[in-house]
Amino acid sequence: MGQPDKEPIVQLSHVSLAYQHGHAQSATILEDVTLSIQRGEKFMIIGPSGCGKTTLIKAIGGFLKARQGEVTVNGVPVKKPGPDRAFVFQDFEQLFAWRTVLDNIVYALQVTKHLPRRQAIDKASFYLELVDVAAAADKYPHMLSGGMKQRAALARALALEPDILLMDEPFGALDAITRNQLQLELNTIWRRTGVTIVLVTHSIQEAVFLGHHVLVLSSSPARVLEIVDTSQAEDLDSPAFTAHSLHLQSLLVRQDKDLIREQVVPLSIVQ
Amino acid sequence: MSVPLFRTAEKRTFTFPGWLRYILIGAIFLIAWQLYVSLSGVSQLLIASPLATLQALIADFANGQLPSAILVSLQNLAIGMGIGIVTGLILASLSTFSRFGRDLLTVLTAVFSPLPGIAILPLTMLWFGLSSSAIIFVVVFGSVWPISANTDTGFRTIGTTTRMVALNLGLTRLQTVRDIFLPAALPHILSGLRLAWAFGWRTVVGAEIVFGVAGSNGGLGWYINNARYFLNPPAIFAGLVVISLLGVLLDTLFQFIEQQTIVKWGMKQAQ
Repeated sequence: MGQPDKEPIVQLSHVSLAYQHGHAQSATILEDVTLSIQRGEKFMIIGPSGCGKTTLIKAIGGFLKARQGEVTVNGVPVKKPGPDRAFVFQDFEQLFAWRTVLDNIVYALQVTKHLPRRQAIDKASFYLELVDVAAAADKYPHMLSGGMKQRAALARALALEPDILLMDEPFGALDAITRNQLQLELNTIWRRTGVTIVLVTHSIQEAVFLGHHVLVLSSSPARVLEIVDTSQAEDLDSPAFTAHSLHLQSLLVRQDKDLIREQVVPLSIVQ
Repeated sequence: MSVPLFRTAEKRTFTFPGWLRYILIGAIFLIAWQLYVSLSGVSQLLIASPLATLQALIADFANGQLPSAILVSLQNLAIGMGIGIVTGLILASLSTFSRFGRDLLTVLTAVFSPLPGIAILPLTMLWFGLSSSAIIFVVVFGSVWPISANTDTGFRTIGTTTRMVALNLGLTRLQTVRDIFLPAALPHILSGLRLAWAFGWRTVVGAEIVFGVAGSNGGLGWYINNARYFLNPPAIFAGLVVISLLGVLLDTLFQFIEQQTIVKWGMKQAQ
């Protein structure tokens, strides 16, 4: 990292997090995670499946509380979720089924920014235009394709004009073509808005293509393996892109081996 | 009507439209009924023919007896259901947000929902006398459990993503219940309402019959019972026809509400 000219917007210092199962048991998900995310950057989180990527982004969003350590956004400790950290989920059901696409955004603006309806409609229309779903403004979510739903959800998140856009595998359930298209558009949107983006993915290509930095998490409990600077590798054909991809791949493959070994060890202990 | 698993391209040569088939069945039934009364020589004091019933219907609509009875019955149902809905929604909300509320609802539903509403009529007659309050209380008592239990289930089965979006927007509890939980749980709430009105309608008529001739300005149950006193079978049949038709009408109203809400929003398949 070490870019003193930029100020960090998100900081995690020695964050550990565990889920409670019943009264006594608890499973550690994150262990001693320290990182900082610069204002205006695109920060990718990648790791073996089930490692705790989603837990990490939920902790930044304020949905989960750290057992140890601290998560700060703009220097303030995160206590609860808020519209300054707008979330985009993988789940298509994040749009309110009972509101039209436009109304989904208008409602969000009315409750968060207390805008009068007229103004909220103008702003909502602007962001629908930006993500190219203006044509579907008056449709109900169930009438849209998966890609359109994710665009609409992105428009709603952007309309909140958040400090950070938190995206939890937003394109994970889309087909490859739609996915590529949305990756390109996310870059365009980032250039136009300059919003800080934190994005969880399990696609190496997506991480290297979109990210300025890629955080690689270890298998469970998740620790920081490496934070790779991929800011110079936006061009898919560049040697840097290939080099970064191979590097990330080798990190992740090693994790899978660790995963296999970790599963074997406890058995031998039991016996 | 049978529901095919797969639609095939094969076409039947000709089918009657649904409404025509239903009318045909109704007509056959009416003709059989008329023939039985006219030809079997059954006592006119035991059973009225469809024609006599129709004459009674026309006469009692014209002299205002039936319209006022309908009004009284529907009013009892509407007031009872109205109080039942508000109470049910409050109970379900309490149950969602507090442990005590949940325990309360569980115990109350377990103890009271097996009681047939009409069974508490003697008690409410003791409390309220022979007034419509006694009937309304029974309707409230009968409708509040299906509404609160179904609403509670609806609230509990709202998806994690939907809940997280509400948290992300920083909604207050009131906003969460009113703007997110109620519409998201509407399919469950409507099925609760269906149970409640079906119960309420039967209870209203039943309670009015128990009141007998005591009330001078009674509803449809009273109208039927009154007709029995005056040995007027055509009026008894006319009352039954009206009760049944109002039920069909209310059911159609429910289908219309579903059509305009949960079917339009893609939360329920059109039938």
